[in-house]
Amino acid sequence: MQFDSFADFIAMGNHGFYVWISYGACLLLIAGLIVNSTLKDKHVRKEIAKRIKRENRLKQAAQQNDESNEVLS
Amino acid sequence: MWKWLHPYANPEVTYHFNNKLIPWFLRLSVAFLGIGIVWALLFAPADYQQGNSFRIFYLHVPAASLSLGIYVGMAIAALVSLVWQVRLAEASVASIAPVGAVFTAMALITGAAWGRPTWGTWWIWDARLTTELILLFLYLGVIALQNAFEDKALASKAASILALVGVINVPIIKYSVEWWNTLHQGSTVSQLGRPSMTADMFWPFLVCFIGFIFLVSWLVCRRFQTEILQRNAMRPWVRELVMKEGAK
Repeated sequence: MQFDSFADFIAMGNHGFYVWISYGACLLLIAGLIVNSTLKDKHVRKEIAKRIKRENRLKQAAQQNDESNEVLS
Repeated sequence: MWKWLHPYANPEVTYHFNNKLIPWFLRLSVAFLGIGIVWALLFAPADYQQGNSFRIFYLHVPAASLSLGIYVGMAIAALVSLVWQVRLAEASVASIAPVGAVFTAMALITGAAWGRPTWGTWWIWDARLTTELILLFLYLGVIALQNAFEDKALASKAASILALVGVINVPIIKYSVEWWNTLHQGSTVSQLGRPSMTADMFWPFLVCFIGFIFLVSWLVCRRFQTEILQRNAMRPWVRELVMKEGAK
């Protein structure tokens, strides 16, 4: 252990500001990227699911159309 | 001889293989980074000249060298996608670029925060710093081009060409500290293979570096999964997978 107390650790021998800015910025950037990746993945899956549902609806509508046409003819 | 590679050109096989890798990359990166960062912050000695600001080194050097390594990986994927038109290579260019951009930004920010107490300035237009900034713009350019066209194939092609042309910047960054007289110091870690730093600084650095490599792998693989799904949205296996997960 290089530090005698917690205050000592935070101070980093007068370099605390620079050290913590570096570690903080890295943490924020990586966290941001993780959030972005997760949101994008969710969005893509949701869009695909939406597309499938829409196509199923269209298919069903087409089938019903066919059936009603048969009844008419 | 290279036939074993063939199944990995199949997006479905690659997707499921990736799914197995992803949790391991996460565990390993958490383990290595957890140990490495605590070691770097608490137990590694302060530098006799730079004091505790030297602790920035454990972030700055891995971020900077990975920003170059990631770029080379992206450029190779770009070459494969342009020459052999492998769809998965297009997807990997798209998944690598944002990760590379973040690591380049990390290198620049930690560099500025380290430069201020060490050189007395946050920023200077010297060769190493300027070329690293250009690297950030190259990454951002690749990302922007990916989103600039409605047509995905065209967008990938444009982004790949930029990624490939930009590779000229990588050796310039790497050797800038030797070719020009710059404020940026030369390599700390190895001078012709011999570490020019003491073991009690080298080991925490190595642990952090390995942790960051796993972190990059985890991030790239996760984004790669998303890209594969997006680019194969019409395939039955993707639909089955999405519906199965949606039902959960």
